[in-house]
Amino acid sequence: MGAAVPRADAYTKVTGEEKFAADYYSPDMLWAGVKRAAVPHALIKGILTDEACMLPGVITILTHRDIRGSNRQGVIRKDQPVLADKKVRHCGDGVALVLAEDSETLRRALDLIRVDLEPLPGVFDLEEALNQGAPLVHEDNSCGNVLLEAHIQTGDGPNAFEHCDAVIEGCFETPWQEHAYLETEVGWAREEGDGRVVITASTQTPFRDRVEVAEAIGLDLERVRVIAPYPGGAFGGKDGITVQTLLALAALNANGRPVKMWWNREESFVAGTKRHPTRLYYRLGAKRDGTLHALAARLYFDTGPYDHLGGVVMTLALEHAAGAYRIPHALLDAWCVYTNNPIGGAFRAFGVTQVTAAMEQMMDMLAARLDMDPLELRLKNALTRGEKTCIGVTLTGSTGLVDCLERIKQHPLWTERGAWKAAAGPFKKRGVGIAALMHAAGYGTVVPDYANAKVELTPEGRILIYCGVVDMGQGNASTNAQIAGSILNQNMDSIELVLPDTDRTLPSGSASASRCTYTFGNALIGAAENLKKQILQKAADLLMAPSTDDLALVPGKVFNRATGAEIPLTRLARLMAESERTAVSHFRAPVAKDRLNIADELRLHGLGHAVISYGAHLAAIEVDGITGAVEVVSYLSATDCGRVLNPQLYEQQIHGAICQGLGFALFEDFQVDRGSVKTPDLATYIMPTALDMPDMESLPVELHEPTGPFGLKGVGEIATNGPTPAVANAVADACGIRLFRLPMTPQRVLLALQGQESQ
Amino acid sequence: MKIRFKLNGTAMQVDCAADRRVIDLLRENLGLTGAKESCAAGECGACTILVDGESKLSCLMLAAQLEGREITTVEGLASEDRLHPLQEAFVEKGAVQCGFCTPGAVLASLDLLKRNPSPTRAQIREGLSGNLCRCTGYHKIVDAVEEAAKTMQSRERP
Repeated sequence: MGAAVPRADAYTKVTGEEKFAADYYSPDMLWAGVKRAAVPHALIKGILTDEACMLPGVITILTHRDIRGSNRQGVIRKDQPVLADKKVRHCGDGVALVLAEDSETLRRALDLIRVDLEPLPGVFDLEEALNQGAPLVHEDNSCGNVLLEAHIQTGDGPNAFEHCDAVIEGCFETPWQEHAYLETEVGWAREEGDGRVVITASTQTPFRDRVEVAEAIGLDLERVRVIAPYPGGAFGGKDGITVQTLLALAALNANGRPVKMWWNREESFVAGTKRHPTRLYYRLGAKRDGTLHALAARLYFDTGPYDHLGGVVMTLALEHAAGAYRIPHALLDAWCVYTNNPIGGAFRAFGVTQVTAAMEQMMDMLAARLDMDPLELRLKNALTRGEKTCIGVTLTGSTGLVDCLERIKQHPLWTERGAWKAAAGPFKKRGVGIAALMHAAGYGTVVPDYANAKVELTPEGRILIYCGVVDMGQGNASTNAQIAGSILNQNMDSIELVLPDTDRTLPSGSASASRCTYTFGNALIGAAENLKKQILQKAADLLMAPSTDDLALVPGKVFNRATGAEIPLTRLARLMAESERTAVSHFRAPVAKDRLNIADELRLHGLGHAVISYGAHLAAIEVDGITGAVEVVSYLSATDCGRVLNPQLYEQQIHGAICQGLGFALFEDFQVDRGSVKTPDLATYIMPTALDMPDMESLPVELHEPTGPFGLKGVGEIATNGPTPAVANAVADACGIRLFRLPMTPQRVLLALQGQESQ
Repeated sequence: MKIRFKLNGTAMQVDCAADRRVIDLLRENLGLTGAKESCAAGECGACTILVDGESKLSCLMLAAQLEGREITTVEGLASEDRLHPLQEAFVEKGAVQCGFCTPGAVLASLDLLKRNPSPTRAQIREGLSGNLCRCTGYHKIVDAVEEAAKTMQSRERP
């Protein structure tokens, strides 16, 4: 524990041996694919499939009429059809499902399907969607195009601005961000002889998928099994249904043949979910000495035509809207609205990325107004343990924001920034910017954040861990091996993992919300300790020891320290019944206990978290005055995510999140024109390459979190939130410009520089 | 048509359409799923293979172009039960996360090290700029290639 051991899955991934959901093929397989609407809002008048059906090699074509279940999917609100029925609500809506002998026939059949659509006026702007008379995305929604709205007032609310010496305002716009996992949405399904449908999919949520699939297409839950191999990236984009229901429907119509569905890159971009675009109005007031006094924020989230997880994303953003600061008076309003744009959904850091981008720029703007050091301003207002967040959650766990800021403050990149900036070459301007972060983990107050771990001593004397939570690349499966190995005192090479499978492993929630190792790890500690007790008890009986006191479980055997007698696990295991060789344990994560004066609906959507990670980031950048390009020269982060169980995995999470954050800040410009995606591929949607990224220094601030497994807190998401404000503040530091729209492309930077020069 | 080539050291002959994409031939017909498809347009590098030692994108190659060539996929890198130094370094240095870009990145690195056995970090970044990775932020991939370069050089020395 605590050692930088290589991941268990790295060996099979580096040889090409690991089988992803995309890697299933068989000679008798069929290909399934979806005809998509390609218009953003229209009534369906007819779906003409005759011509396509006649194409040799087409097995069948299915529409909503072939679905016996609810034909609705969704995590909170079930508002998304599997196959559109009365109307289409965005370009990516599926209208017909085709099964064909091969991928070429499938493509031709999809082209031959004609969908008779009567266009409807669309709604594409997140504020216009709220206007009276705006086209309705869901006519049956009682509050127009509002999916969820929230209003929270604390202290004196906006009246407190009267008592502020400085008031800063800003409106920030953030665009969609595409997950762009290397493995696009993919799966494989087959109806077994007993009528069960087995789905192997690239998913973060096998247990929830199982329920959604069964309800949507009208199957008994027992008839659906979901197997989740390691996904080839997910980042929130596979938190929920992608191909699963369509595949199950296809499998039921395939005469027992296996069916493969694999969205291509464009389909993934058009039909997959994305980070919600937002418009964020901020007003921040402070006393002359920099003490924050009042905040008013209006937050708009564009969820596209479906909830997906939009309401939950907005609610987590609301909880983080004030940053990790003491602010006694606030008025926070938020709306998550339906539009005919692509679907907004879960994306690593889940709404917090957007509000942190705004709030942390507000802090720098305030520091500039007050002529204060931006780091000192943050230190002055940083929340500490025992204090209340802006919405009233008491921080009962480890609270390391000050520690993180102090690490940045002492680092040469900060202390020697003046000299570094002054050394910029001709036509270059250098700047250093920082950001302070907090990120809550888990599901919040109402929806139980639980896990069920199971561990087995196999008849061969090995340890088998039944992983209930997907490992989409974070390495939590390996950490499970580390945790169980540590408790059971067994070497890594005697530990095996069973990846999530609704038939074999136990329900343990989603791979999301920075919860995987925290929640499952806690359950696993319980299961491993139970198994250890069972092993020692059995050994005591067999070795005729008076109790287990003298016995030690050591690699491969149990050893009696008093007598020297020992029994190898290979022998012991054969003398144990299956029920004696297996142990389970359940864990439910703690939640904020404060009686918050908020609507029940917001509690249901997660408001009020108890386990929170903290961080501070620094970006040192150079702006090219001729091209407008921003180069990130150095990047430093300090993170309080509790004890680090494996430094290598810790750094992997921080590095990857920073890279996605820098992509969001500088490169990734997902463009949509009246609902239609204009950046449908990796040639037009630009992500950071190895050339665009600096080396990163990632300092762990290892405060012990008392509720965490071995003192750990979640680290999967938090670092995504730092790059945008840190880089934006650095750009402002370098050349005095602030872009209120992302990404900060060379063109936008150049225009801003020229604008400034002409002023 | 019949196409003859050497795959991971073994002479082969396949009978398939001349315009079948190499990635489909490898993954579907030959069961070698190490080469991954991610963009199908030559933008991401996940399907990288080596053709006569040079890195090529198998999603942009047709089967007929393999005639008479020597092909290496990620499955052909390890010898018996020993990983190739690049694979070893990717594992040890933590360059693997979701792993979907890994086979392509390893093969592109091999091509790079053949052309430049001791590259600087900047040269490694340039050499791998055609291989997108969404998980690692590239830092540890660069570490791994740097480490492998050292190992490979020390093994070559007598």
